[in-house]
Amino acid sequence: MIDVLYFAWVRERIGKTKETVETEAETVAGLVKELSERGQRYALAFSDLGSLRVAVDQELLDFDASLKGAREVAFFPPMTGG
Amino acid sequence: MNVRVQTEAFDFGLEANNFATAQTDMGAIVTFLGIVRNLEETNLSYMDIEHYPGMTEKAIYKITDEAANRWSLGDILVIHRYGRLSTDDLIMMVATASKHRKDAFEAAEFLMDYLKSRAPFWKKEATDQSQDWVVSKVEDESALKKWQ
Repeated sequence: MIDVLYFAWVRERIGKTKETVETEAETVAGLVKELSERGQRYALAFSDLGSLRVAVDQELLDFDASLKGAREVAFFPPMTGG
Repeated sequence: MNVRVQTEAFDFGLEANNFATAQTDMGAIVTFLGIVRNLEETNLSYMDIEHYPGMTEKAIYKITDEAANRWSLGDILVIHRYGRLSTDDLIMMVATASKHRKDAFEAAEFLMDYLKSRAPFWKKEATDQSQDWVVSKVEDESALKKWQ
């Protein structure tokens, strides 16, 4: 079980801030593939990975990052702080 | 090192002064203040800043730790607001203290470059007509290259 969080326009497109997902995926990319199959909203949100960033257990990582032992995965657009 | 992520407004003058007077053997303080800019074509109604509770402070401390490793600094202060803001509201500030000015200047620039694209904040600008997420700039990402 992994908590999946969405921020900014990813949250708006998917229509959720957070959900708990049962997954066998070994990497973030595998999880993205599973989520994309959940419907049009997901497919649209994940259609361009180049415009997305991912954090695993609150650490910024790449899409090929392992999900081994991961409890929380967050998807969001490039950050615009400052 | 002091990092604050908050919705409340802050008093830049007071914060800068408190930061400066708390130093005992530092000779240089550099501050940066970021405020809400109005749009060019139309008036901004408000700006919403979203963040990732839990990760935000951690990510900022990671950046301040890196700055403390690279430069000789006496202290660092970062304040970043989230929630709804209006034109000219203060968004965030950075203050650095060092014995000599070069460290404080460079560290402040480094902190700003990284806070911009490595701290999990997202800005949305609202006008009478629309609400748009601010898009990150290519320059923001390439600004990090000079520190690598």
